[in-house]
Amino acid sequence: MRMRTLVATVGVAALALTAAACGKDEPSAGGGNGGGASDSCGDLHKFTTASGVDVAGSPTFTKMKSAGKVTVGVKADQPNLGYKDADGKRCGFDIEVARMVSAGLGFDPDKIEYKEIPSANRETAIAGGEIDYYVGTYSITDKRKKQVSFAGPYFIAGQDLLVRKDDTSMDAGKTALKGKKVCSATGSTPIQRVKDEQLTEASNISEFKTYSECVSQLLDKKVDTVTTDDAILKGYAATAPDQLRVVGKPFSTEKYGIGLPLADKALRDKVNSILETSASDGTWKAIYGETLGKSGSDSTPPPLEKY
Amino acid sequence: MFSVLTDNWPLFRDGFWLTIRLFVVSGVLSLVLGTLLGAFRVSPVPALRGFGTGYVNILRNTPLTLVFAFLFFGAAKMQLALPNPFWTAVGALTIYTSAFICEVVRSGVNTIAPGQSEAARAVGMSFFQVLTIVVLPQAFRAIIPPLMSVLIALLKNTTIAAGFSVAEAGAIPAAMSERGENQLLTLLWITIGFLILIVPLIFLQRWAERRTAVA
Repeated sequence: MRMRTLVATVGVAALALTAAACGKDEPSAGGGNGGGASDSCGDLHKFTTASGVDVAGSPTFTKMKSAGKVTVGVKADQPNLGYKDADGKRCGFDIEVARMVSAGLGFDPDKIEYKEIPSANRETAIAGGEIDYYVGTYSITDKRKKQVSFAGPYFIAGQDLLVRKDDTSMDAGKTALKGKKVCSATGSTPIQRVKDEQLTEASNISEFKTYSECVSQLLDKKVDTVTTDDAILKGYAATAPDQLRVVGKPFSTEKYGIGLPLADKALRDKVNSILETSASDGTWKAIYGETLGKSGSDSTPPPLEKY
Repeated sequence: MFSVLTDNWPLFRDGFWLTIRLFVVSGVLSLVLGTLLGAFRVSPVPALRGFGTGYVNILRNTPLTLVFAFLFFGAAKMQLALPNPFWTAVGALTIYTSAFICEVVRSGVNTIAPGQSEAARAVGMSFFQVLTIVVLPQAFRAIIPPLMSVLIALLKNTTIAAGFSVAEAGAIPAAMSERGENQLLTLLWITIGFLILIVPLIFLQRWAERRTAVA
Protein backbone atom coordinates (compact mmCIF):
# COMPACT_ATOMS: atom_id res chain seq x y z
CA MET A 1 0.00 0.00 0.00
CA ARG A 2 2.81 2.37 0.95
CA MET A 3 4.50 1.61 -2.36
CA ARG A 4 1.38 2.56 -4.32
CA THR A 5 1.14 5.89 -2.55
CA LEU A 6 4.78 6.54 -3.34
CA VAL A 7 4.28 5.74 -7.02
CA ALA A 8 1.31 8.09 -7.14
CA THR A 9 3.18 10.91 -5.41
CA VAL A 10 6.11 10.60 -7.76
CA GLY A 11 3.74 10.59 -10.71
CA VAL A 12 1.99 13.75 -9.63
CA ALA A 13 5.28 15.46 -8.84
CA ALA A 14 6.61 14.52 -12.27
CA LEU A 15 3.53 16.01 -13.93
CA ALA A 16 3.91 19.23 -11.98
CA LEU A 17 7.63 19.41 -12.69
CA THR A 18 7.14 18.89 -16.41
CA ALA A 19 4.66 21.73 -16.53
CA ALA A 20 6.97 23.99 -14.52
CA ALA A 21 10.15 23.07 -16.34
CA CYS A 22 8.59 23.64 -19.72
CA GLY A 23 7.62 27.15 -18.77
CA LYS A 24 11.07 27.99 -17.53
CA ASP A 25 12.77 29.07 -20.74
CA GLU A 26 10.10 31.67 -21.44
CA PRO A 27 11.50 35.00 -20.27
CA SER A 28 8.33 35.64 -18.29
CA ALA A 29 4.59 35.84 -18.84
CA GLY A 30 4.77 32.14 -19.73
CA GLY A 31 3.36 29.39 -17.55
CA GLY A 32 -0.34 28.98 -17.02
CA ASN A 33 -0.38 30.74 -13.72
CA GLY A 34 2.13 33.41 -14.65
CA GLY A 35 5.18 34.03 -12.59
CA GLY A 36 8.82 33.17 -12.99
CA ALA A 37 11.88 34.67 -11.39
CA SER A 38 12.07 37.45 -13.98
CA ASP A 39 8.59 38.67 -13.04
CA SER A 40 9.91 40.10 -9.80
CA CYS A 41 9.55 43.80 -9.09
CA GLY A 42 12.56 46.09 -9.40
CA ASP A 43 13.15 49.51 -7.88
CA LEU A 44 10.21 51.83 -7.46
CA HIS A 45 10.07 55.51 -8.39
CA LYS A 46 11.34 57.98 -5.79
CA PHE A 47 8.73 60.57 -4.88
CA THR A 48 9.26 63.56 -2.63
CA THR A 49 6.71 63.37 0.14
CA ALA A 50 4.91 66.70 0.46
CA SER A 51 4.90 68.26 3.89
CA GLY A 52 2.31 70.34 5.71
CA VAL A 53 -0.54 69.13 3.51
CA ASP A 54 -4.07 69.87 4.56
CA VAL A 55 -7.20 69.09 2.63
CA ALA A 56 -9.85 71.24 4.24
CA GLY A 57 -13.29 69.66 4.41
CA SER A 58 -12.21 66.14 3.45
CA PRO A 59 -13.44 63.46 5.86
CA THR A 60 -11.28 60.84 4.12
CA PHE A 61 -8.15 62.94 4.62
CA THR A 62 -9.00 63.46 8.29
CA LYS A 63 -9.35 59.71 8.63
CA MET A 64 -5.96 59.12 6.95
CA LYS A 65 -4.36 61.70 9.26
CA SER A 66 -5.64 60.09 12.42
CA ALA A 67 -4.69 56.60 11.17
CA GLY A 68 -1.24 57.86 10.13
CA LYS A 69 -1.42 55.89 6.87
CA VAL A 70 -3.34 55.54 3.65
CA THR A 71 -5.18 52.39 2.65
CA VAL A 72 -5.19 51.89 -1.10
CA GLY A 73 -7.17 49.37 -3.12
CA VAL A 74 -5.18 47.80 -5.95
CA LYS A 75 -4.95 44.81 -8.24
CA ALA A 76 -2.14 42.29 -7.96
CA ASP A 77 -2.21 40.17 -11.10
CA GLN A 78 -1.43 42.63 -13.87
CA PRO A 79 2.27 42.81 -14.75
CA ASN A 80 3.69 46.34 -14.94
CA LEU A 81 0.30 47.76 -13.99
CA GLY A 82 -0.85 46.47 -10.61
CA TYR A 83 1.41 43.56 -9.72
CA LYS A 84 2.61 41.70 -6.64
CA ASP A 85 5.70 39.55 -7.14
CA ALA A 86 6.63 36.31 -5.42
CA ASP A 87 8.42 38.23 -2.65
CA GLY A 88 5.29 40.29 -1.94
CA LYS A 89 6.71 43.46 -3.53
CA ARG A 90 4.31 45.56 -5.57
CA CYS A 91 5.04 47.47 -8.74
CA GLY A 92 3.53 48.81 -11.92
CA PHE A 93 1.99 51.96 -13.34
CA ASP A 94 -1.12 51.87 -11.13
CA ILE A 95 1.03 51.24 -8.06
CA GLU A 96 3.22 54.23 -8.96
CA VAL A 97 0.15 56.43 -9.39
CA ALA A 98 -1.10 55.27 -5.98
CA ARG A 99 2.31 56.09 -4.44
CA MET A 100 2.45 59.44 -6.20
CA VAL A 101 -0.95 60.42 -4.81
CA SER A 102 0.09 59.27 -1.35
CA ALA A 103 3.30 61.36 -1.53
CA GLY A 104 1.28 64.36 -2.71
CA LEU A 105 -1.04 63.97 0.26
CA GLY A 106 1.94 64.04 2.61
CA PHE A 107 2.17 60.34 3.40
CA ASP A 108 5.41 58.50 2.74
CA PRO A 109 4.62 55.98 -0.05
CA ASP A 110 6.39 53.24 1.94
CA LYS A 111 3.67 53.53 4.56
CA ILE A 112 0.81 52.65 2.22
CA GLU A 113 -1.33 49.73 3.25
CA TYR A 114 -2.41 47.91 0.09
CA LYS A 115 -5.60 45.94 -0.20
CA GLU A 116 -6.41 43.72 -3.14
CA ILE A 117 -9.99 44.39 -4.08
CA PRO A 118 -11.53 42.38 -6.94
CA SER A 119 -13.31 44.40 -9.61
CA ALA A 120 -16.77 43.34 -8.48
CA ASN A 121 -16.24 44.66 -4.92
CA ARG A 122 -14.71 48.05 -5.68
CA GLU A 123 -17.76 50.22 -5.08
CA THR A 124 -18.56 48.48 -1.79
CA ALA A 125 -14.97 48.82 -0.56
CA ILE A 126 -14.84 52.55 -1.31
CA ALA A 127 -18.33 53.37 -0.04
CA GLY A 128 -17.79 51.32 3.11
CA GLY A 129 -14.54 53.11 3.97
CA GLU A 130 -12.50 49.91 3.71
CA ILE A 131 -10.03 51.77 1.48
CA ASP A 132 -9.25 55.48 1.09
CA TYR A 133 -8.86 55.36 -2.67
CA TYR A 134 -8.61 52.78 -5.46
CA VAL A 135 -6.10 52.64 -8.31
CA GLY A 136 -6.54 49.60 -10.53
CA THR A 137 -7.70 49.91 -14.17
CA TYR A 138 -10.91 51.46 -12.84
CA SER A 139 -12.92 52.82 -15.78
CA ILE A 140 -14.89 56.00 -15.19
CA THR A 141 -18.51 55.29 -16.14
CA ASP A 142 -21.74 57.17 -15.46
CA LYS A 143 -23.17 54.14 -13.68
CA ARG A 144 -20.24 54.01 -11.26
CA LYS A 145 -20.25 57.79 -10.75
CA LYS A 146 -23.50 57.33 -8.84
CA GLN A 147 -21.73 55.21 -6.22
CA VAL A 148 -18.19 56.59 -6.08
CA SER A 149 -16.39 59.67 -7.37
CA PHE A 150 -13.41 59.72 -9.69
CA ALA A 151 -10.26 61.82 -9.90
CA GLY A 152 -8.56 61.74 -13.27
CA PRO A 153 -8.53 60.16 -15.75
CA TYR A 154 -4.84 59.43 -15.31
CA PHE A 155 -4.75 57.08 -18.30
CA ILE A 156 -6.90 56.53 -21.35
CA ALA A 157 -6.98 52.91 -22.36
CA GLY A 158 -8.73 51.24 -25.26
CA GLN A 159 -9.33 47.69 -26.37
CA ASP A 160 -6.33 46.66 -28.43
CA LEU A 161 -4.51 43.55 -29.63
CA LEU A 162 -1.42 41.85 -28.24
CA VAL A 163 0.42 39.89 -30.93
CA ARG A 164 3.69 38.03 -31.37
CA LYS A 165 6.36 40.54 -32.29
CA ASP A 166 6.97 39.25 -35.82
CA ASP A 167 3.30 38.95 -36.75
CA THR A 168 2.21 41.98 -38.80
CA SER A 169 -1.04 40.46 -40.12
CA MET A 170 -3.24 42.26 -37.58
CA ASP A 171 -1.66 45.71 -37.77
CA ALA A 172 -4.88 47.14 -39.22
CA GLY A 173 -6.56 46.58 -35.85
CA LYS A 174 -9.98 45.04 -35.26
CA THR A 175 -10.88 44.77 -38.95
CA ALA A 176 -8.02 42.29 -39.42
CA LEU A 177 -9.36 39.81 -36.87
CA LYS A 178 -11.45 37.70 -39.28
CA GLY A 179 -10.07 34.18 -39.34
CA LYS A 180 -7.71 34.86 -36.43
CA LYS A 181 -7.71 33.00 -33.14
CA VAL A 182 -8.61 35.52 -30.43
CA CYS A 183 -8.16 35.01 -26.68
CA SER A 184 -9.41 36.96 -23.67
CA ALA A 185 -10.65 36.46 -20.12
CA THR A 186 -13.82 34.36 -19.69
CA GLY A 187 -16.93 36.50 -20.09
CA SER A 188 -15.00 39.79 -20.14
CA THR A 189 -16.32 42.91 -21.86
CA PRO A 190 -13.61 42.81 -24.58
CA ILE A 191 -14.51 39.25 -25.62
CA GLN A 192 -18.23 40.10 -25.50
CA ARG A 193 -17.46 42.98 -27.90
CA VAL A 194 -15.61 40.60 -30.24
CA LYS A 195 -18.68 38.33 -30.22
CA ASP A 196 -21.25 41.13 -30.59
CA GLU A 197 -19.45 42.77 -33.49
CA GLN A 198 -18.56 39.36 -34.97
CA LEU A 199 -14.93 40.41 -35.40
CA THR A 200 -13.96 36.76 -35.79
CA GLU A 201 -15.69 33.39 -36.10
CA ALA A 202 -17.13 31.88 -32.92
CA SER A 203 -14.93 28.81 -33.27
CA ASN A 204 -11.82 31.02 -33.17
CA ILE A 205 -12.61 32.50 -29.75
CA SER A 206 -10.76 31.23 -26.69
CA GLU A 207 -11.63 32.28 -23.15
CA PHE A 208 -9.41 31.55 -20.15
CA LYS A 209 -9.71 32.53 -16.53
CA THR A 210 -6.79 34.97 -16.61
CA TYR A 211 -4.99 37.02 -19.23
CA SER A 212 -1.73 35.29 -18.23
CA GLU A 213 -3.15 32.02 -19.59
CA CYS A 214 -4.04 33.74 -22.88
CA VAL A 215 -0.53 35.18 -23.11
CA SER A 216 0.88 31.70 -22.55
CA GLN A 217 -1.29 30.39 -25.40
CA LEU A 218 -0.13 33.30 -27.58
CA LEU A 219 3.54 32.49 -26.96
CA ASP A 220 2.82 28.83 -27.75
CA LYS A 221 1.12 29.86 -31.02
CA LYS A 222 -2.20 28.31 -29.97
CA VAL A 223 -3.89 31.67 -30.48
CA ASP A 224 -2.98 34.63 -32.72
CA THR A 225 -3.87 37.50 -30.44
CA VAL A 226 -4.95 38.46 -26.93
CA THR A 227 -7.42 41.30 -26.66
CA THR A 228 -8.36 43.61 -23.77
CA ASP A 229 -7.46 47.16 -22.62
CA ASP A 230 -4.13 48.25 -24.07
CA ALA A 231 -2.84 49.20 -20.61
CA ILE A 232 -3.09 45.55 -19.53
CA LEU A 233 -1.60 44.35 -22.83
CA LYS A 234 1.28 46.81 -22.63
CA GLY A 235 2.01 45.43 -19.18
CA TYR A 236 2.39 41.93 -20.62
CA ALA A 237 4.35 43.18 -23.63
CA ALA A 238 6.77 44.89 -21.23
CA THR A 239 7.52 41.53 -19.59
CA ALA A 240 8.65 40.09 -22.95
CA PRO A 241 9.42 42.99 -25.32
CA ASP A 242 11.44 40.67 -27.59
CA GLN A 243 8.47 38.39 -28.23
CA LEU A 244 5.34 40.47 -27.87
CA ARG A 245 4.02 43.84 -28.91
CA VAL A 246 0.76 45.80 -28.81
CA VAL A 247 -0.73 46.67 -32.20
CA GLY A 248 -1.65 50.20 -31.13
CA LYS A 249 -5.03 50.66 -32.85
CA PRO A 250 -7.40 50.93 -29.88
CA PHE A 251 -11.07 50.42 -30.72
CA SER A 252 -12.82 51.51 -27.53
CA THR A 253 -12.25 54.16 -24.86
CA GLU A 254 -11.73 53.40 -21.20
CA LYS A 255 -10.81 56.30 -18.95
CA TYR A 256 -8.98 55.05 -15.88
CA GLY A 257 -9.75 57.09 -12.79
CA ILE A 258 -8.84 57.01 -9.12
CA GLY A 259 -11.89 55.85 -7.20
CA LEU A 260 -12.76 58.00 -4.18
CA PRO A 261 -15.64 58.21 -1.70
CA LEU A 262 -18.67 59.79 -3.35
CA ALA A 263 -19.14 62.92 -1.25
CA ASP A 264 -15.48 63.88 -0.83
CA LYS A 265 -15.13 66.66 -3.41
CA ALA A 266 -12.25 68.29 -1.48
CA LEU A 267 -10.12 65.15 -1.79
CA ARG A 268 -11.06 64.73 -5.45
CA ASP A 269 -9.88 68.27 -6.22
CA LYS A 270 -6.65 67.65 -4.31
CA VAL A 271 -5.92 64.38 -6.15
CA ASN A 272 -6.71 66.07 -9.46
CA SER A 273 -4.17 68.77 -8.69
CA ILE A 274 -1.57 66.12 -7.84
CA LEU A 275 -2.25 64.48 -11.23
CA GLU A 276 -2.06 67.87 -12.97
CA THR A 277 1.35 68.58 -11.43
CA SER A 278 2.64 65.16 -12.40
CA ALA A 279 1.65 65.79 -16.01
CA SER A 280 3.38 69.18 -16.17
CA ASP A 281 6.60 68.37 -14.26
CA GLY A 282 7.34 65.16 -16.18
CA THR A 283 6.62 62.73 -13.33
CA TRP A 284 3.80 61.03 -15.30
CA LYS A 285 6.11 60.44 -18.27
CA ALA A 286 8.80 59.12 -15.95
CA ILE A 287 6.64 56.53 -14.19
CA TYR A 288 5.03 55.51 -17.48
CA GLY A 289 8.49 54.95 -18.97
CA GLU A 290 9.52 52.83 -15.98
CA THR A 291 6.48 50.56 -16.26
CA LEU A 292 4.15 50.28 -19.28
CA GLY A 293 6.58 52.23 -21.50
CA LYS A 294 8.95 49.23 -21.43
CA SER A 295 6.55 47.61 -23.92
CA GLY A 296 7.85 50.03 -26.56
CA SER A 297 4.63 52.00 -26.98
CA ASP A 298 4.45 55.66 -26.10
CA SER A 299 1.73 57.56 -24.26
CA THR A 300 0.88 61.00 -22.91
CA PRO A 301 -1.03 62.12 -19.82
CA PRO A 302 -4.72 62.62 -20.69
CA PRO A 303 -6.62 65.85 -19.91
CA LEU A 304 -8.38 65.76 -16.55
CA GLU A 305 -12.13 65.82 -16.24
CA LYS A 306 -12.95 67.93 -13.23
CA TYR A 307 -16.48 67.88 -11.94
CA MET B 1 -35.53 37.75 -9.82
CA PHE B 2 -36.83 36.33 -13.11
CA SER B 3 -35.44 39.24 -15.13
CA VAL B 4 -31.89 38.08 -14.36
CA LEU B 5 -32.73 34.84 -16.17
CA THR B 6 -34.98 36.18 -18.93
CA ASP B 7 -32.75 39.16 -19.83
CA ASN B 8 -29.77 36.87 -20.28
CA TRP B 9 -31.58 33.78 -21.52
CA PRO B 10 -29.22 32.98 -24.46
CA LEU B 11 -26.27 32.98 -22.05
CA PHE B 12 -27.95 30.49 -19.70
CA ARG B 13 -29.37 28.37 -22.53
CA ASP B 14 -26.05 28.04 -24.41
CA GLY B 15 -24.11 27.53 -21.19
CA PHE B 16 -26.28 24.70 -19.90
CA TRP B 17 -26.61 23.07 -23.30
CA LEU B 18 -22.81 22.89 -23.47
CA THR B 19 -22.74 21.49 -19.92
CA ILE B 20 -25.16 18.74 -20.94
CA ARG B 21 -23.13 17.82 -24.02
CA LEU B 22 -19.91 17.84 -22.04
CA PHE B 23 -21.49 15.64 -19.37
CA VAL B 24 -23.10 13.09 -21.70
CA VAL B 25 -20.06 12.63 -23.95
CA SER B 26 -17.50 12.39 -21.16
CA GLY B 27 -19.91 10.30 -19.05
CA VAL B 28 -20.29 7.63 -21.75
CA LEU B 29 -16.56 7.61 -22.54
CA SER B 30 -15.67 7.42 -18.83
CA LEU B 31 -17.99 4.45 -18.32
CA VAL B 32 -16.35 2.60 -21.19
CA LEU B 33 -12.76 3.49 -20.24
CA GLY B 34 -13.43 3.02 -16.51
CA THR B 35 -14.92 -0.45 -17.00
CA LEU B 36 -12.01 -1.42 -19.23
CA LEU B 37 -9.55 -0.24 -16.57
CA GLY B 38 -11.54 -2.12 -13.93
CA ALA B 39 -11.20 -5.27 -16.04
CA PHE B 40 -7.45 -4.57 -16.29
CA ARG B 41 -7.17 -4.42 -12.52
CA VAL B 42 -8.80 -7.83 -11.97
CA SER B 43 -7.21 -9.49 -15.01
CA PRO B 44 -4.73 -12.36 -14.67
CA VAL B 45 -2.11 -10.46 -16.74
CA PRO B 46 0.38 -8.67 -14.41
CA ALA B 47 1.24 -5.97 -16.97
CA LEU B 48 -2.41 -4.96 -17.34
CA ARG B 49 -2.91 -5.01 -13.57
CA GLY B 50 0.16 -2.80 -13.16
CA PHE B 51 -1.05 -0.37 -15.78
CA GLY B 52 -4.50 -0.15 -14.18
CA THR B 53 -3.03 0.40 -10.73
CA GLY B 54 -0.65 3.10 -11.94
CA TYR B 55 -3.38 4.86 -13.89
CA VAL B 56 -5.83 4.93 -11.00
CA ASN B 57 -3.30 6.07 -8.44
CA ILE B 58 -1.92 8.88 -10.58
CA LEU B 59 -5.17 10.21 -12.00
CA ARG B 60 -7.33 9.79 -8.91
CA ASN B 61 -4.82 11.75 -6.86
CA THR B 62 -4.29 14.57 -9.35
CA PRO B 63 -6.57 17.59 -8.99
CA LEU B 64 -8.85 17.90 -12.02
CA THR B 65 -7.72 21.47 -12.62
CA LEU B 66 -4.16 20.18 -12.96
CA VAL B 67 -5.28 17.59 -15.52
CA PHE B 68 -6.96 20.39 -17.48
CA ALA B 69 -3.94 22.70 -17.15
CA PHE B 70 -1.65 19.91 -18.27
CA LEU B 71 -3.67 19.21 -21.40
CA PHE B 72 -4.23 22.87 -22.28
CA PHE B 73 -0.85 24.37 -21.39
CA GLY B 74 1.61 21.54 -20.79
CA ALA B 75 0.76 19.78 -24.05
CA ALA B 76 1.06 23.08 -25.92
CA LYS B 77 4.56 23.55 -24.54
CA MET B 78 5.47 20.06 -25.72
CA GLN B 79 4.22 20.85 -29.24
CA LEU B 80 1.45 18.28 -29.01
CA ALA B 81 -1.50 19.05 -31.24
CA LEU B 82 -4.78 18.70 -29.38
CA PRO B 83 -8.31 18.87 -30.76
CA ASN B 84 -10.56 21.87 -30.14
CA PRO B 85 -11.22 22.98 -26.53
CA PHE B 86 -14.48 21.00 -26.26
CA TRP B 87 -12.83 17.68 -27.07
CA THR B 88 -9.77 18.51 -25.00
CA ALA B 89 -12.10 19.17 -22.07
CA VAL B 90 -13.92 15.88 -22.76
CA GLY B 91 -10.50 14.25 -22.69
CA ALA B 92 -9.57 15.78 -19.35
CA LEU B 93 -12.91 14.87 -17.74
CA THR B 94 -12.81 11.33 -19.15
CA ILE B 95 -9.23 10.63 -18.11
CA TYR B 96 -10.01 11.85 -14.59
CA THR B 97 -13.47 10.28 -14.09
CA SER B 98 -12.37 6.90 -15.49
CA ALA B 99 -10.05 6.43 -12.53
CA PHE B 100 -13.01 6.75 -10.15
CA ILE B 101 -15.28 4.53 -12.25
CA CYS B 102 -12.52 1.93 -12.41
CA GLU B 103 -12.41 1.74 -8.63
CA VAL B 104 -16.18 1.55 -8.37
CA VAL B 105 -16.25 -1.31 -10.89
CA ARG B 106 -13.45 -3.10 -9.05
CA SER B 107 -15.27 -2.81 -5.73
CA GLY B 108 -18.33 -4.30 -7.45
CA VAL B 109 -16.29 -7.17 -8.77
CA ASN B 110 -15.00 -7.81 -5.26
CA THR B 111 -18.55 -8.35 -4.03
CA ILE B 112 -18.89 -11.44 -6.20
CA ALA B 113 -18.00 -14.58 -4.32
CA PRO B 114 -14.79 -16.13 -5.73
CA GLY B 115 -16.62 -19.46 -5.96
CA GLN B 116 -18.69 -18.11 -8.85
CA SER B 117 -15.78 -17.40 -11.14
CA GLU B 118 -14.11 -20.63 -10.04
CA ALA B 119 -17.25 -22.53 -11.02
CA ALA B 120 -17.46 -20.65 -14.33
CA ARG B 121 -13.85 -21.47 -15.11
CA ALA B 122 -14.48 -25.09 -14.16
CA VAL B 123 -17.13 -25.37 -16.87
CA GLY B 124 -14.56 -24.13 -19.39
CA MET B 125 -15.27 -20.38 -19.70
CA SER B 126 -12.42 -18.07 -20.66
CA PHE B 127 -11.48 -15.08 -18.47
CA PHE B 128 -13.34 -12.76 -20.83
CA GLN B 129 -16.47 -14.91 -20.65
CA VAL B 130 -16.29 -15.16 -16.87
CA LEU B 131 -16.02 -11.39 -16.66
CA THR B 132 -18.75 -10.44 -19.14
CA ILE B 133 -21.25 -13.22 -18.51
CA VAL B 134 -20.88 -13.97 -14.80
CA VAL B 135 -19.04 -11.25 -12.89
CA LEU B 136 -19.76 -7.81 -14.42
CA PRO B 137 -23.56 -8.17 -14.75
CA GLN B 138 -23.78 -8.96 -11.04
CA ALA B 139 -21.17 -6.38 -10.14
CA PHE B 140 -23.11 -3.57 -11.86
CA ARG B 141 -26.09 -4.27 -9.64
CA ALA B 142 -23.97 -3.59 -6.58
CA ILE B 143 -22.35 -0.46 -7.94
CA ILE B 144 -25.37 1.50 -9.16
CA PRO B 145 -25.48 3.95 -6.21
CA PRO B 146 -21.71 4.73 -6.13
CA LEU B 147 -21.61 4.88 -9.94
CA MET B 148 -24.36 7.47 -9.88
CA SER B 149 -22.43 9.49 -7.31
CA VAL B 150 -19.40 9.51 -9.59
CA LEU B 151 -21.58 10.64 -12.51
CA ILE B 152 -23.15 13.42 -10.46
CA ALA B 153 -19.65 14.52 -9.42
CA LEU B 154 -18.72 14.51 -13.11
CA LEU B 155 -21.69 16.75 -13.88
CA LYS B 156 -20.49 19.28 -11.33
CA ASN B 157 -16.86 18.87 -12.38
CA THR B 158 -17.73 20.05 -15.90
CA THR B 159 -17.76 23.61 -14.50
CA ILE B 160 -13.95 23.47 -14.33
CA ALA B 161 -13.94 23.62 -18.13
CA ALA B 162 -15.18 27.23 -17.91
CA GLY B 163 -11.66 28.33 -17.08
CA PHE B 164 -10.35 26.53 -20.14
CA SER B 165 -12.15 28.06 -23.05
CA VAL B 166 -15.29 25.94 -22.85
CA ALA B 167 -18.08 28.39 -22.09
CA GLU B 168 -20.45 26.05 -20.25
CA ALA B 169 -22.64 26.88 -17.26
CA GLY B 170 -19.61 27.58 -15.06
CA ALA B 171 -18.68 30.51 -17.30
CA ILE B 172 -22.01 32.29 -16.80
CA PRO B 173 -21.07 34.18 -13.57
CA ALA B 174 -18.06 35.86 -15.21
CA ALA B 175 -20.12 37.19 -18.10
CA MET B 176 -22.94 38.24 -15.76
CA SER B 177 -20.54 40.14 -13.51
CA GLU B 178 -19.28 42.14 -16.50
CA ARG B 179 -22.87 42.92 -17.46
CA GLY B 180 -23.41 44.31 -13.97
CA GLU B 181 -26.05 41.70 -13.09
CA ASN B 182 -26.79 40.59 -9.54
CA GLN B 183 -24.23 37.88 -8.70
CA LEU B 184 -26.28 36.22 -5.97
CA LEU B 185 -29.30 35.73 -8.24
CA THR B 186 -27.02 34.50 -11.02
CA LEU B 187 -25.61 31.82 -8.73
CA LEU B 188 -29.09 30.93 -7.53
CA TRP B 189 -30.27 30.30 -11.11
CA ILE B 190 -27.18 28.23 -11.88
CA THR B 191 -27.84 26.12 -8.77
CA ILE B 192 -31.43 25.60 -9.87
CA GLY B 193 -30.16 24.64 -13.33
CA PHE B 194 -27.87 21.98 -11.90
CA LEU B 195 -30.61 20.62 -9.63
CA ILE B 196 -32.82 20.23 -12.70
CA LEU B 197 -30.04 18.35 -14.49
CA ILE B 198 -29.50 16.00 -11.54
CA VAL B 199 -33.18 14.99 -11.28
CA PRO B 200 -33.09 12.68 -14.34
CA LEU B 201 -29.98 11.02 -12.91
CA ILE B 202 -31.81 10.28 -9.68
CA PHE B 203 -34.69 8.70 -11.60
CA LEU B 204 -32.23 6.75 -13.72
CA GLN B 205 -30.67 5.38 -10.54
CA ARG B 206 -34.08 4.35 -9.11
CA TRP B 207 -35.05 2.69 -12.36
CA ALA B 208 -31.76 0.82 -12.61
CA GLU B 209 -31.97 -0.32 -9.00
CA ARG B 210 -35.49 -1.63 -9.48
CA ARG B 211 -34.60 -3.38 -12.71
CA THR B 212 -31.63 -5.20 -11.28
CA ALA B 213 -33.17 -5.94 -7.90
CA VAL B 214 -33.06 -9.57 -6.82
CA ALA B 215 -36.33 -10.71 -5.38
